[in-house]
Amino acid sequence: MDVVVQLQRQLTDHTASLFHEGFLNEQFNQLQQLQDESNPDFVVEVVSLFFEDSDRLLNELAKALEQQAVDYKKVDAHVHQLKGSSSSIGAQRVQAVCIPFRNFCEEQNIEGCLKCLQQVKHEYSLVKNKLETLFKLEQQLIAAGGSFPTL
Amino acid sequence: MENGFSSPRSESFPAGLRVLVVDDDPTWLKILEKMLKKCAYDVTTCHLAREALNLLRERKDGYDIVISDVNMPDMDGFKLLEHVGLEMDLPVIMMSVDGETSKVMKGVQHGACDYLLKPIRMKELRNIWQHVFRKKIHEIRDIEHENIDIIQMSRNGSDLDDGHMYCGEDFNSKKRKDFDKNDDKDFGDHSTKKHRVVWSVDLHQKFVKAVNQIGFDKVGPKKILDLMNVQWLTRENVASHLQKYRLYLSRLQKENDLKASFGGIKHSDFPPTDPAASYGHQSSINLNQNDVANGYQFCGSNFVAQDAETKNNEGDLKIVSEIKRTLTADVSDPQKMRSSQSFSHSFASLETEASYPAFDSTNPPEFSWSENPETQIKKEHKPHLQLEDGYSQLPPHGQQHQIPINQLQSDPAVTSVLSLTGRDMSGSIEIKPLFNECKSKNVSHVSPTESAIDTFPVQTKSQLINHQSFEPISTVISSMKPQGFNLSITDLESCQRNLTSASDPNFAPINEDLTVWLQGDYYSMNFGQSIDFIDYDDPGFLAEVPFYLYDPLTSDFQCPIDSTTECPIVDQGLFIA
Repeated sequence: MDVVVQLQRQLTDHTASLFHEGFLNEQFNQLQQLQDESNPDFVVEVVSLFFEDSDRLLNELAKALEQQAVDYKKVDAHVHQLKGSSSSIGAQRVQAVCIPFRNFCEEQNIEGCLKCLQQVKHEYSLVKNKLETLFKLEQQLIAAGGSFPTL
Repeated sequence: MENGFSSPRSESFPAGLRVLVVDDDPTWLKILEKMLKKCAYDVTTCHLAREALNLLRERKDGYDIVISDVNMPDMDGFKLLEHVGLEMDLPVIMMSVDGETSKVMKGVQHGACDYLLKPIRMKELRNIWQHVFRKKIHEIRDIEHENIDIIQMSRNGSDLDDGHMYCGEDFNSKKRKDFDKNDDKDFGDHSTKKHRVVWSVDLHQKFVKAVNQIGFDKVGPKKILDLMNVQWLTRENVASHLQKYRLYLSRLQKENDLKASFGGIKHSDFPPTDPAASYGHQSSINLNQNDVANGYQFCGSNFVAQDAETKNNEGDLKIVSEIKRTLTADVSDPQKMRSSQSFSHSFASLETEASYPAFDSTNPPEFSWSENPETQIKKEHKPHLQLEDGYSQLPPHGQQHQIPINQLQSDPAVTSVLSLTGRDMSGSIEIKPLFNECKSKNVSHVSPTESAIDTFPVQTKSQLINHQSFEPISTVISSMKPQGFNLSITDLESCQRNLTSASDPNFAPINEDLTVWLQGDYYSMNFGQSIDFIDYDDPGFLAEVPFYLYDPLTSDFQCPIDSTTECPIVDQGLFIA
């Protein structure tokens, strides 16, 4: 039981920090609320989809910005997509970087774009790590016989 | 609440609402699906707009509401919105992570009933049923209004005896039943569900046909409704459909404007930037020409058939006038003489004296519209002009006279097409845009393209030059530079002489039969807008119709020409008063 309690606390703390530090927002709560018995892995599934999509988008972005003649429309489209999908799980820091990123695209500012790409990659990897930790804790908790409350 | 909904869902509405979600983002698609399911809706997802349209078309009555993202790779969300609105008349909700006012405005303009910003909360989705319900209510109200109208009409029209009124009532109920398309509704059931009007391809075609007939600028829901003659359709249905159609057309018009001009023909110059206007002209011309119909119709139908696609805009106008007569039109198209065969081939009605105005937008090289490559020969602008007697002398068979056709210099596809419907025309006159010719001011590039000419069917019909019809043309037409027009006149005169000489008695009918299509300012400019063919003494003058030979085989030419179609041949020379 101790283990369970411990894990629970860890989980709670971790989740709280995610919110505190602005990695996640209310939208993530929404997802958690959608999870139910008929779909016990809903959040994990959705977040996994997000990871897949974002990995793809970030690759595309890197490629597009490496071109001799950068197609800013394309870059902008990708950023827009990234903005949309990050909003789906509440990854608000990632979403936030997309805004100046789009502005730079409009200005066709390659420097700005590259910088934003770096930033967005950074934010993305941060939130990805944190979420992966979260899921791991959840799994451990369940394995230990406990259950985790949704915030 | 069971009001207005079919039984399966009526008990637990809004539960079971059939929602179609379209979003290319897989994460959102999954989330939305889950959310909607939680609202007890019946959800179908797809991540491609095309897929969505297919689904919608397959099951016409299979969905109640569509939710779509704005940014999608294969099709713009707004475009999907339009299609859904036009074809299926379903409420559509747009979504986007981008909440710019302009985008939201665009959504509303295209007919979205709501615009949601991502991230979307479940509570926002809970209430989407209101859009479905609202639409139903409006439809029911429409039916009721129609019914009231019907009752009133029947009362007014009847002898005011009970029998009649009763009939009126019956009619009313019957009509309502038809509207409802529900057999199990009784007369007094106002909450009868009116089936949403599904604008099938056929229905839409009827609609478009009716609009064409009336004239886009004169169109009105009631008129369309009357023409369409579809029992169960209400004026409101037509009105809303018309609105959507207009939006759709204007969007297409803009797209066309942006497209590269066909062979230099720019659409942007198309005077009626509003396709409606051009459409209107077109349709009006269509009306005029029923007998000749032809080219115009063909333009019109071309316009219509193509669903107001770019073809129209792209100078589909190929004015092909084939005059099958002994007159030979000289088409001084430097580029080439379109063989009438090809022309007739496309027009399929050589035998009928049809001169088809072939609007061939794909003949840029052929038309060297003098300096305006942008003349869009839009059929729409062609008023149907009939040439009077003086005009009848088409160039004799075997003679080719080139009639400089400069007309379409200005953008509004001024194409004067002279349609000669000559019964006895043995020759064929090819009319080509002699823009180049005009330039050269040398009308007589009479190229002995006899063979081609011969085969042109020329139909001359008794057509009076319609000054009135002229007018619209001039309005429609942007200023044309009558380049070489004057010269052409002289040339025409010479041609005319030739023609006259070669004319045979058959030409006589030409006078009456010639239909002149005037397009653009050319006529107005050169002729002072009056087609005073009548004044034209020289009968041979008619022969100087600048016949535009258009390659009827151009792909753009899509007019289904039946035997009755005629090619209006524009004779510039004719207008030399």
